[in-house]
Amino acid sequence: MSIQVSSIRKTFGAFTALNGVDLNVPSGKLVALLGPSGSGKTTLLRIIAGLEFADPGSGQILFHGTDVTRVPAGKRKVGFVFQHYALFRHMTIFENIAFGLKVRPRGERPAPREIAERVRFLLKLVQLEGLEGRYPSQLSGGQRQRIALARALAVDPKVLLLDEPFGALDAKVRKELRRWLRRFHDEIHLTTVFVTHDQEEALEIADEVVIMNQAKVEQVGTPQEVYDRPASPFIYQFLGNVNVLRAQALAHAGAHQPHPSALESDGRVYVRPHDIEVVPHVPGASGMTAVLRYVHAAGPQARLTLEQVQTREIIEVEIARSELSQLELKAGDLVNLRLRQGHSFVDDYAI
Amino acid sequence: MASAVIGNLAAHPVSNAAPRATQDPAWMRWTLTAIALLFLTFFLLLPLLAVFGEAFRRGISAYFSAFADHDAIASIRLTLLTALISVPANLVFGVAAAWTIAKFQFRGKSILITLIDLPFAVSPVISGLIYVLVFGLQGWWGEWLMDHDLKVIFAVPGIILATTFVTFPFVARELIPLMQTQGSDEEFAAISLGANGWQTFWHVTIPNIKWGLIYGVILCNARAMGEFGAVSVVSGHIRGETNTMPLHVEILYNEYNFVGAFAVASLLAVLAIITLVLKALVEWRHAQTRGT
Repeated sequence: MSIQVSSIRKTFGAFTALNGVDLNVPSGKLVALLGPSGSGKTTLLRIIAGLEFADPGSGQILFHGTDVTRVPAGKRKVGFVFQHYALFRHMTIFENIAFGLKVRPRGERPAPREIAERVRFLLKLVQLEGLEGRYPSQLSGGQRQRIALARALAVDPKVLLLDEPFGALDAKVRKELRRWLRRFHDEIHLTTVFVTHDQEEALEIADEVVIMNQAKVEQVGTPQEVYDRPASPFIYQFLGNVNVLRAQALAHAGAHQPHPSALESDGRVYVRPHDIEVVPHVPGASGMTAVLRYVHAAGPQARLTLEQVQTREIIEVEIARSELSQLELKAGDLVNLRLRQGHSFVDDYAI
Repeated sequence: MASAVIGNLAAHPVSNAAPRATQDPAWMRWTLTAIALLFLTFFLLLPLLAVFGEAFRRGISAYFSAFADHDAIASIRLTLLTALISVPANLVFGVAAAWTIAKFQFRGKSILITLIDLPFAVSPVISGLIYVLVFGLQGWWGEWLMDHDLKVIFAVPGIILATTFVTFPFVARELIPLMQTQGSDEEFAAISLGANGWQTFWHVTIPNIKWGLIYGVILCNARAMGEFGAVSVVSGHIRGETNTMPLHVEILYNEYNFVGAFAVASLLAVLAIITLVLKALVEWRHAQTRGT
């Protein structure tokens, strides 16, 4: 089921959480709502779920073309998973998952045997068979989150909404669980929206990334689109590391020729650390001269911190470990830097 | 289990090792402990023993004859009736108030919290006087009440009203911080799963606050049975009719009927001890369910 959100506004007193947000989630896709804290992403998710209502007269939420703006949460057929699981602490895992079925009105409620079957099926689906009798406090964080997912799926939702689903987990479990979620989504093909502030997470598993900032949607696109062609300086900086260099300094150094209008206004040029090439210093050669300050070689890539000789700007560069050993560099060495690609937002022109 | 044992070891690192930084010298520890024990003995244990000692001074039969008295039985019955009405009333009110305060944002919330604390802040005598002022013969509604042949002051309704007022904050005060720390996520989860408000309340909210609720009710009940000041003002001290147990104790004492006074007082003390045992039991049970 697709979701359309049009010009939704939400204010809490003087604070504007959502300022006319539009969003289109295609049916069956896994979409990430990505943004820094306070950008309004969780509020948007809760409004889609019906746990929060948009300001009166502001806009619409459509589920597959049907207006659900005023429909209460319980009737929207939405599965919601909370950051801190929100499992019912006094109920067993079985009772937690069965809850949504047991609270149905008598006519629609499945027979106890059917409920038990459904619970077992869901536990198998989230690979946690045999935990029926446990209490939430006896489970690990990753297990709890999967139980929360099973509970949300029990009522056969048409849309799955996850609020920072991996936010409370440690780094290793988080990585495992997000890959599991991706595989899981490929199996069940349920329209899914998840909120995250972790760009790596969003870029890794989402079909489409919606980047929010200051109560607005800044850009929507596939992970590669938003990473390669960020729509704003904010997104450039938010999605991974970036060097912000002055256009005139670059031109002066002969490292690259930025666009004339960028030069004129001495605009900023955004360059990813891995888009900079490091070559041994030869006087008179092209590229800007820099002094190597630090080498961080712990990791798959070597990170170099350099200082531009003329402008004293600090530049971060990432190169392969093999390349680093070939160059035989040490702190204090002079090198030349060449830009493979950069981006300036003057007239939206990429160099 | 194994993990619990390891946890305990970690929590109490080798106790026979060198003195820890937080440990005071032996003489200071012993002195402080002795002061605490002496204080407890003189201010709590001895008075309690004195109550029972005085009550049994003339023997067991004299003790029990104090309860054979018609007025004593009436006072016990009135005390139980008062508790039976004001405790459930405050239970319902306390849950409703705590639910409203903890789960919703609204204007005037801090005023409501302050109002709930009001009965703790003012002297019980003043609480009683307020009711005399409102319902008494010279009060706002006095004439209207008399015209309709309704008696509030110097009658049972006044006693129940005053007791309810004084014990007002116990349940709400117990629940508000508990509900605030628990947050509303579980309720939201229940609602998103299709539960209605009533189902959410009974299946999610109430089980989560169960122990705090029982605790609050026990304290509320203890105070309701023991309240003296506010009840004394509105009661009128009519023997056999508007005397609760604490008031009855006072009357007997003033009449130099010490055995009778202390016998009834001992019954109140027993009720208080039962309350404390229940309270300890609830706390212990709560710790147990938390632990699993």
